[in-house]
Amino acid sequence: MYAAGTESLIKQAREIQEEELQKFYGRISKLLHIKDYGNETVDSLQRLHLIVSATKYGRTIPSDLHKKLQALLCSPTSPEQLQVLCSCTLRESLPLSIHSLQTEDLQDSRTISYVAAVILAQAGDRNDFTALTNQLLKSLESRQPEGQISRHMLPVLSKVISFSPESLTEDHINLVNRKLVDWLRYASVQQGVSLSSGGFFTGPRARQPGPMTEVDGAVAGDFFTVLCVGQSYTEDQWMNMYAFSMIRKWLLTYDTEGTGNADAAHLKRMQYMLSLPQDDRSEVDGSVMSMVSATSSSSRLLPPKERLREKAFEYCHRLIEQSDRKAVKKADTELQKACLVEAVTVMDIICKEDPSFVYRAFPCIKALYGRLSGDLAFACALLPIAQFYLNHSETAAVDSEVVFRQLFSRFPGELFNEPLLAFKFVQFCRANMGVLHEGVALYRQSFPNLLKFLAWNSPALISDFVELLPSLLAPETAIEILHSLLDLPCLAAALDLQLRSASLQTPERTLWDQGAKVPSSLEAFRQPYYRGMFLYILRPEAGSGDTIDRLSMLHNVLGDMSESPRTVQCAQTVPVLLHVFFNTIVQFADKKLINQLVLILLERSSLLFNIHNYKTEVQRVFSSHLLVLCKLHPSLIVEQSRELLDFTGTTANIYSKEDLYTHVVWVIGEYLSVSHDARCTVEQITSFFETLEAVLFEITQVRQSASPPRYSPRVITVLMTTLAKLASRSQDLIPRVSLFLSKMRSFAHSAPVTSCYSEEDLEEILTRAHELINLLKLPSVAQFVLAPSARGDSPRWHRDTNASLPLSMKTLSSLLHKHSSLTQHF
Amino acid sequence: MKWHQKIKLLGKRRIKIGSFCLHEKSPARAPEGTMVQCFLIHTLCPIGALSAGGSRVLFSRVFGPEEAMLSGPDHDLSPEGRRLLQKERLAVVARQVQSACGLWREAAGRPAVEAVLGEESAALQEAESGVLRLAAGDPFPREGCVLWLAVQALGFTLVCQSHENLLLAEGTLRNLARLCLDNLRLLGPGSEVVLKSDRIEALLHRLLPHGQLLFLNHRFAQSLDKELTAYMAK
Repeated sequence: MYAAGTESLIKQAREIQEEELQKFYGRISKLLHIKDYGNETVDSLQRLHLIVSATKYGRTIPSDLHKKLQALLCSPTSPEQLQVLCSCTLRESLPLSIHSLQTEDLQDSRTISYVAAVILAQAGDRNDFTALTNQLLKSLESRQPEGQISRHMLPVLSKVISFSPESLTEDHINLVNRKLVDWLRYASVQQGVSLSSGGFFTGPRARQPGPMTEVDGAVAGDFFTVLCVGQSYTEDQWMNMYAFSMIRKWLLTYDTEGTGNADAAHLKRMQYMLSLPQDDRSEVDGSVMSMVSATSSSSRLLPPKERLREKAFEYCHRLIEQSDRKAVKKADTELQKACLVEAVTVMDIICKEDPSFVYRAFPCIKALYGRLSGDLAFACALLPIAQFYLNHSETAAVDSEVVFRQLFSRFPGELFNEPLLAFKFVQFCRANMGVLHEGVALYRQSFPNLLKFLAWNSPALISDFVELLPSLLAPETAIEILHSLLDLPCLAAALDLQLRSASLQTPERTLWDQGAKVPSSLEAFRQPYYRGMFLYILRPEAGSGDTIDRLSMLHNVLGDMSESPRTVQCAQTVPVLLHVFFNTIVQFADKKLINQLVLILLERSSLLFNIHNYKTEVQRVFSSHLLVLCKLHPSLIVEQSRELLDFTGTTANIYSKEDLYTHVVWVIGEYLSVSHDARCTVEQITSFFETLEAVLFEITQVRQSASPPRYSPRVITVLMTTLAKLASRSQDLIPRVSLFLSKMRSFAHSAPVTSCYSEEDLEEILTRAHELINLLKLPSVAQFVLAPSARGDSPRWHRDTNASLPLSMKTLSSLLHKHSSLTQHF
Repeated sequence: MKWHQKIKLLGKRRIKIGSFCLHEKSPARAPEGTMVQCFLIHTLCPIGALSAGGSRVLFSRVFGPEEAMLSGPDHDLSPEGRRLLQKERLAVVARQVQSACGLWREAAGRPAVEAVLGEESAALQEAESGVLRLAAGDPFPREGCVLWLAVQALGFTLVCQSHENLLLAEGTLRNLARLCLDNLRLLGPGSEVVLKSDRIEALLHRLLPHGQLLFLNHRFAQSLDKELTAYMAK
């Protein structure tokens, strides 16, 4: 456990006094000078490392000590522990060692590796790698005796090429290509010689090396790979492992047509193709158990790059075969999965570079798919296979439907709680969004399933889904996606129940009396009565059923889950996704869809899972997007007038969703006009007017005994303004609204109201009422001022104090005032 | 494969080659990346000296420079500035893991159980793990992903490049965590994690050399374990 002692050590290391530190440097320097490599030195170097690494700010080591540390690091006879300590201390401290470390004379591979660690850490420029690269290549070039080939070299090389691929010349690349072919394909299949301790008197003796075995214990059937097991390994077998570990990176970096002489390579390739039938060895030749070598073709004619491609391909092919074996050790089973992922990915890279491999790869990939598709334990390995199908099935005219069906309809539903798979799956979708959206209909159909990943693990995946969501949206799925997003917290709860229910030993099949009180969510999950509802929430594909009328029952049943952390975390992501949803949808929504969306906004604004703050947050999003939708399609006010009348006529809506209510009232005032829709009739305007008038009357009707208003003053000002707007369009209503507005004074001065609203708020209400009354005195001006702005570019302009209605009204009011004084004057 | 298909394909290839020939020589591209960028051990419990949500980085090993330090926007920084930037970035990663792990534990409703020395393997089996995506620019210039393993109050974290073989990385991370727990007595009250960090360096040198993930079968792993035992014995 993390101990307070550690914290205090770090503090000491950070706060060490300069004087003490200098003394400490001196002591280490002395110890190194007398070549005392005992415990005290090790201990001091460990403390030195802590001191230089514990702070954010670099510490400068005195040059004398600095030199000694470098010398110790570079000496092949130093004990490894000291080399390690020097390497990490130099890496962390100043001055930089990168320009003073000499790599030219280094022979020992372990030493090179620890020196390289310093160089790689401190490099500030690509040129800083030059000496190191040269040294690496030199040691690869020289035909060193066995045991001297460096296993430590390849990882360094792998790292260097990721920063400066251009530091290798064409010759260098060819050299490494040739080496990689040797290591990958021609490592010994005999075990290394292992020294056994022998008997007490006989002393150590070398055991007779036996053949390598496969992971299941059978004798290795073909060339050596990382899935071959033996008592000990020879150096070339180690190199085989390192070579395979870095092959993907190497191919990605250098296996491009651009690097080589493309024409020559092509010519060679042609020669090779033509020579294929003669060179093919018989498939029934010999007793080899693997088909890889048996079908391998002579590739000696090929240039190094093409040859490596060929051999890497064969290697992957063999790994795929080997992964079918039942490993004795669990660790090897895990490795088999990792190897499958790597092998298929490497094959994919090779096929991209040279499509002629596609035809050779597909039989193997197809067989692999057939083998794995039923086994959820191999789900991670199926993703690269799906990627392969996505990239190449068209070239090979192979049907990929079944692969994607398996992928999208099975995995998310059953493996949503596997974080690694969820991540890889979502990354797969992200990387292929465009293709999946265009080419794989199933992808968009499967959004209910994909959302399970998000519902279960929302904090980790939300940023990915923000990117994915637009690719899932299409006119035909939009409505259902909107409902699904709103029900996402229910999905999280249902998934939780699904898992818990599955882990319960004995399913209790009691039949419940439906009239009784609501059962616990877990009980309900197992009751047939609620099954349909849960099946709907957990559906794998779009378009299956719709239980909107029973949603409130679902919310009730899930009541005891509304505070579960997973549900709450999930609910917090919904508003973000809703914003993405609406921002995307407006790019392609037609009038019909917009009408539907607005109805859903009204309907769902109260039909939501009862999670703290969830409703408020969702309603806020609804409000802001309602304005955009109305602006895009103002006629919807006329088209949906019945629903809007219902919504605005329900006073309770003010208390439960004030924000949305205010916005709905505002859009009515703004867009209910003949200038937006010729179908708008006087009757319609009147009925809206009367509805809103009744509401305003109801809420401003305060008795002395009544409780203070539970809504903000904004509701009143928006209602007043909207009434005035409507009256200006149907001028018979003007006397009614003027009379009504004049009564606002008594409302504002009533005791419950003054106790609740501030001075400014009341002032604001009265001023607005006064201004509106004034404005309505000149109906033709009012009609102009209160008309919807034709160039209301921003749907939020009514909130902008500089361009808003209050400002223009104030101006007019003062004008009117002058006007009246002028008339008096005359 | 049928011959006519092959020829058709070759025809396609030639067009591609032809277009390449127009260019002098297209440079080798730095791949999207398939290596581990860094390994961290950090705390997941509240630390008095740190602000809320802070995580103490107990060990960090960054494999090589970041791309941006060589040619990108960070190129002009002084060595000191670069070091500072790097430390800050690691702290950001540690904090993100701490919060991700906290959320994960909260969602799973797991009470934290304290294990003690000698129960390392049980603690490791109980450990939570997860993956996070690091968006480009936050905190590293390139997109990446974080693989974390939470053993009680300690986080073991690998920052990988986005196309890494995550199955292999997860196996490696578990292996590293196991060896660290065993060899540094991390579940005990001692402070070996900061004092004997050379042991972690030696582990990484073998199991994750310069950030290269290795395909180690159980025999390869055993012989590396043997080497390590010899190292730790000193």
